[in-house]
Amino acid sequence: MLLISEACKRYGQTVALDHCSLEVHPREWLGLLGPNGAGKTSLIRAIAGRVKLDGGTIALFGQTLSGASGPDRQARSRLGVVPQEIALYPTLTARENLEVFAGLHGLGGATRRERVEWALTFTGLADRAESRTATFSGGMKRRLNIACGVLHRPDLILLDEPTVGVDPQSRQRIWEMLADLRSGGAALLLTTHQLDEAQQLCDRIVIIDHGRSIASGTLHELIAASIGSHHEVRLRVSGDAALLGALGHAAALRVEGTLLVGRIEDVSRDLPPLFASIGAAGGRVEEIQLTSPTLHSVFIALTGRELRE
Amino acid sequence: MIRTLLRISWITLRRDRVALLLTFLLPIAFFSIFALVFGGMGREGTSRIRVAVADLDQSSASRRLVEALEREPGLRVIVSAVIDDLPQPLDREQALALVRAGTVPAAVILLPGFEARFGDFTGGGESSIDLLVDTSDPVAGPMVAGLLQKVAMTAAPDLVAGRGLELFEKFAGGFTPQQKRAVKGLEVLLAAQAASSGAASSGAAASGAAGSGAAATSPAVEANASAPKADPSESTPTPGFGGPVSVRTVDVLGESKSSGLIAFYAAGTGVMFLLFSMSGAAGTLLEEQEAGTLERLLSAGMGVGTVIFGKWLFHSAVGALQLTVMFLWGWFMFKLELFEHLGGFVVMTLATAPAAAAFGLTLAGVCRTRAQLGAVSTVTILIMSAMGGSMFPRFMMPEWVQNLGLVTFNAWALDGYQKVFWYEASTWELWPQVAVLLAIAAILLGAARLLARRWEAS
Repeated sequence: MLLISEACKRYGQTVALDHCSLEVHPREWLGLLGPNGAGKTSLIRAIAGRVKLDGGTIALFGQTLSGASGPDRQARSRLGVVPQEIALYPTLTARENLEVFAGLHGLGGATRRERVEWALTFTGLADRAESRTATFSGGMKRRLNIACGVLHRPDLILLDEPTVGVDPQSRQRIWEMLADLRSGGAALLLTTHQLDEAQQLCDRIVIIDHGRSIASGTLHELIAASIGSHHEVRLRVSGDAALLGALGHAAALRVEGTLLVGRIEDVSRDLPPLFASIGAAGGRVEEIQLTSPTLHSVFIALTGRELRE
Repeated sequence: MIRTLLRISWITLRRDRVALLLTFLLPIAFFSIFALVFGGMGREGTSRIRVAVADLDQSSASRRLVEALEREPGLRVIVSAVIDDLPQPLDREQALALVRAGTVPAAVILLPGFEARFGDFTGGGESSIDLLVDTSDPVAGPMVAGLLQKVAMTAAPDLVAGRGLELFEKFAGGFTPQQKRAVKGLEVLLAAQAASSGAASSGAAASGAAGSGAAATSPAVEANASAPKADPSESTPTPGFGGPVSVRTVDVLGESKSSGLIAFYAAGTGVMFLLFSMSGAAGTLLEEQEAGTLERLLSAGMGVGTVIFGKWLFHSAVGALQLTVMFLWGWFMFKLELFEHLGGFVVMTLATAPAAAAFGLTLAGVCRTRAQLGAVSTVTILIMSAMGGSMFPRFMMPEWVQNLGLVTFNAWALDGYQKVFWYEASTWELWPQVAVLLAIAAILLGAARLLARRWEAS
């Protein structure tokens, strides 16, 4: 459905894309993750035809985009682009915005009316259809922003940070909207900094950094390939610092304040001996916290803790 | 606390180049324009007035007056027309046509019998000069009338003195033979002085020393300036009285009009605000860029050229509507003769609005933000409007500023509307203004398209 091979783009001395490759399969939901400035938006804009690549190719629905307006436009007509900005006309009502963007995507007559009504229901904005969007809350604008990009039933949707800056209720509603689109069979390429969002919604995740695709796969594949399948264990143990130090040494755990922190591979196999060694050293476990590996830990492990500005 | 506020304000102002531009440059630009127009920068108090002269008397006195007028530094005299590739002296109809066409604001017709009535301070019941004026320029007519009296005094003082002495003899009794010889000698002396001062002032004019002649003769100008009683509002000719030449002022254009000046101000104001509204409307392009809707339009497959053309088309229509509403209001409230000049109005409006729309889009293309556009358009439009005649008529400006004004959009649009409503020009006579405005529209639209390349995929 979408195949990007060795995409390169440079702005002056800044490398935005550096031989970046990825693939989106039919009906697949792909999460595109990366720190700020990693090249996510450049990639999305290149797919949408707003960035000309210096090298590499993009194939959309089997058609390699060549820059020729006719064939490229035809391929891109099956694409739905939802930008990160609230790109709506504030003086227009919700219905008028939807009508404008439906017209832009070539919908007319009864089809347009039907799709606009669908979108108003889809976004939960039917009762505000005749209100100007300038009067909408951030969440309402976000929902309408998404609807305007998918009115024409695209086969592939490019979603750039769809839930940034919205409250949990609106976020939940947006997730429901996306689930609705999924049931319709659309494939989706989602960029987000909400890692839990990507973890919950996406079939597969690609992590890019410095314009390069550095990891790709399901969550389990990423975990296995990066930090392994161990669990983090955090134990609160009664006793003074000297006892904690001795316990940590005995059980191969590090001391963090009043906690003993370490990693175990297999909970049922490794936890009982750990408890036994603490007891033998005179300690008593008061609280235990076990954490499975998350996308967050994978992301940090792959991209580092250094701030990106 | 105050120090902190002052520091913040200073840093903000220093880094906001647009605000700096508005704060310091705009007042200087305006001061300069007003100084040039009204102060003359010490060069010329007013621009030289173009005046057509038809000598129907062809006498010695009339020729001397024409020569003196030609030497007058405040005037640019046209005495001939080229007919069949040969210069021919102007006749009354040709001089009238020049006024009607707006080529000259005044025409001097030296009537047959001019010499016989020259120097008759009583007025004599008949005028010796017809002064045909275009009152759209309220300065030119009275100025030429005053200069005629001054020039008559200085060009032929011998004739004036002779006529004065004749009057003396008529009313006070004859001279003795000895007095007659003395008078003859005086007339010869005055004629010689007139000839030599004419040559001197001619040389002075040629060398550009305009001040000396005017200063030397200013009492005469003041003494006679009110003599012709040229009243532009008069529809009937009024004979002059009290000067060496009697002048009848004829308002050849304004006599049947009440709305010409209203049309002038409607066009002046209308065009200036058209430019403001068009640049404001073009700012929606920058708003769309900032809001992301432009990116969305372009991502959906719309070309940048289509966006620019679509906006130009819409803004042109709105601009035409804006001018129409303005003139309709003039018709409704001020009896502007809109429907009598509908054809010309439509042609001028259909040329003016698209050019203004293209101008706005070009400014939007030059600017990066809406705030920048606001400042740049304010400076540009106010300067263009001042130089182009939207704020005060261009005939008031020095000639070089008038010529410079022709680079502005306003000057061509206003000239066109003035032709329609004041000079009663037929539609085809508007071709120079229409051609220039359409060329401006095409060039600026092309420039806007080129500047919009920054929004193309890169």
